[in-house]
Amino acid sequence: MSKNDLKKQSVEKWYVERFRRFEASLNGSSRTPFHRVRRKAIEHFERLGFPTTRDEEWKYTSVAPLTAQWFDMAAAAGTRAEIDLSPFLFEGMDCSLLVFVDGFFSEKLSLLSPSSGVTLGSLREAFQRGDARVNDYLAALAPLEKEAFTALNTAFTRDGSFVYVEKNVAVDQLLHIVHLFSGQKNELALHPRTLIIAGEGSRFRYAESFHHLDGGVYFQNTVSEVFVQENASVEYIKIQDESRSAFHISNLNVRQERNSRFNSVYIDLGGGLVRNNLNVTLNDSNCETHLFGFYLGGENQLIDNHTFIDHAKPNCFSNELYKGILGGRAKGVFNGKILVRPDAQKTNALQSNKTLLLSRDASINAKPQLKIYADDVKCTHGATIGQLDEEALFYLRSRGIDLNSAMAMLRYVFVSDVFASIPLPEAQQKLADMILRRLKTIETENGDGPKE
Amino acid sequence: MNLKIKGLRVAVEGTEILKGIDLEVNSGEIHAIMGPNGSGKSTLANVLAGREEYDILAGEITYNGKNLLEMSAEERACEGIFLAFQYPVEIPGVSNVNMLKTAVNAIREYRGEEPLDAMDFLKMVREKLKLVQMDEKFLSRAVNEGFSGGEKKRNEIFQMAVLNPQLGILDETDSGLDIDALKIVANGVNALRGAENGFIVVTHYQRLLNYIVPDFVHVLVNGKIVKSGGKELALHLEDHGYDWVKDEAAAAM
Repeated sequence: MSKNDLKKQSVEKWYVERFRRFEASLNGSSRTPFHRVRRKAIEHFERLGFPTTRDEEWKYTSVAPLTAQWFDMAAAAGTRAEIDLSPFLFEGMDCSLLVFVDGFFSEKLSLLSPSSGVTLGSLREAFQRGDARVNDYLAALAPLEKEAFTALNTAFTRDGSFVYVEKNVAVDQLLHIVHLFSGQKNELALHPRTLIIAGEGSRFRYAESFHHLDGGVYFQNTVSEVFVQENASVEYIKIQDESRSAFHISNLNVRQERNSRFNSVYIDLGGGLVRNNLNVTLNDSNCETHLFGFYLGGENQLIDNHTFIDHAKPNCFSNELYKGILGGRAKGVFNGKILVRPDAQKTNALQSNKTLLLSRDASINAKPQLKIYADDVKCTHGATIGQLDEEALFYLRSRGIDLNSAMAMLRYVFVSDVFASIPLPEAQQKLADMILRRLKTIETENGDGPKE
Repeated sequence: MNLKIKGLRVAVEGTEILKGIDLEVNSGEIHAIMGPNGSGKSTLANVLAGREEYDILAGEITYNGKNLLEMSAEERACEGIFLAFQYPVEIPGVSNVNMLKTAVNAIREYRGEEPLDAMDFLKMVREKLKLVQMDEKFLSRAVNEGFSGGEKKRNEIFQMAVLNPQLGILDETDSGLDIDALKIVANGVNALRGAENGFIVVTHYQRLLNYIVPDFVHVLVNGKIVKSGGKELALHLEDHGYDWVKDEAAAAM
């Protein structure tokens, strides 16, 4: 066994040992049915181990920097003096707020005012009151036997968000889940878990933001399961603005039943190493899915988006558009898998990935993977990687606009159709400002002009 | 305004296109540059505007006493040079009004003038729209996006009217235009021409010069100006083509 293997083995053992401690701290909760799932999960994790670049799914993304550190769960939320949430919230919107600080649900900062027909709150509280629906759905979708981070999160699931929308309830109110890293203690592992069930014919939308107060090193490992029942519609927007020294691994698993709709918008602005897995199973016919992602990276950031859409049944429509701007020495990865099973006739699947590279050292690995086993389908995919249009730049300069302003104008254009895709018109301005601010910092890092 | 080109030699990707150009343009003058395809007409126009893909092998260009070759494209525009492109590019996502306002205020800032506010800018722009007979609706459309050939060329003249240059360079503005569009373009230029500015009109056909009457006509063949004259020269070329000029030039060598 090589030295690296020894070191590698000990990081998994570290987490297993942490699990024993965690288990011991649970007292009564260790006898709940869900705890059996946790136990299975840690076994799976130990067997799977963290992925390496020898694994096909992680070929371009090395988690070595993550596994080199031994993260621990927080014993309690960092107690900073008054936390001001306003930079992270959307003003003027009717929202319920679920706020987690260092992985702990904060009753004080949260605001729960669910509409009728909606159960909404902390997952831990749902466990504690013995909500049967949690047992029915939790871990029913997430592939813990196959995916190490999912297994790890499941083993350490202590708290998170639980939402159940009753049949035919259309919810206007937005649920905003805010994850804050206080920075009071460093090298923490956080495993937030989200479980959302949108009953038949219901309509629901939620946003999830990841922010930090003052930088810091931490490992955010989040898993979500979303059940979109027949005729239901769910919209999700994720804003990831973690500390530049943070590791952010997210797994979102969605299962859609007949005639349902699922839309997601991912906005990745922060983090040091980011990996988003988004898996959608179209379990019945006439589903519609729109996945939109936007990534903005500079310095040494790595932002990896892996999507998987399983067209299991006929007549479904899926549409993916992932766009990004990378500068500095940032690395982007996009892998979009589409599986069209033999029964999935009349599938219509579109996929597009566009990346703008601002510097010589920025890079993107884009790989569409289509596996089509039905014969009456329409599938298109495309990936473009480029710099700004030189001809357009010269045109603007010939009108008196200086090079830097001209480049900023064209970058803004690239970014601005992202704004149009944000399903929260009230929040568009705030998100646009956030994106433009981040874009400016990346631009100023690349004062050397357009890439050759 | 004074433009002085002396002994200009320009190459692109290793091939010499302009082989020694001498030309002087003063305020109040319209110079037509004519010539067969491949003679270097567009190259001359683009070099003046500051396109960077060209290698200046020799020669100098002074503009109002300053060394033009040392100025970036945007500096040249701020100093009052405007190029009406032969193939204007489409810029989706950037509206005509947004681009123009940014340009106008960039030039004003360069000259130490106050920027125009939205209202004053719109007022000014509306007047110029009339010159090229374009509807106000097109202001909010993206630059050249979905424009017909004629609309693109009219947009060039419209922008020129808004920016009001000291030296306007028209690069085959007439190519691909029907007679009506041509007249609109010509009217626009004629409305602008005056004692304070000069124009270089690059064209293959004489037809445009019926409407934009030049003071001087230069014939460019194989990268050199082989003949210069008044507006009658253009008419002569119309009747006899370019061969006689080529023969004359060859004989003179």
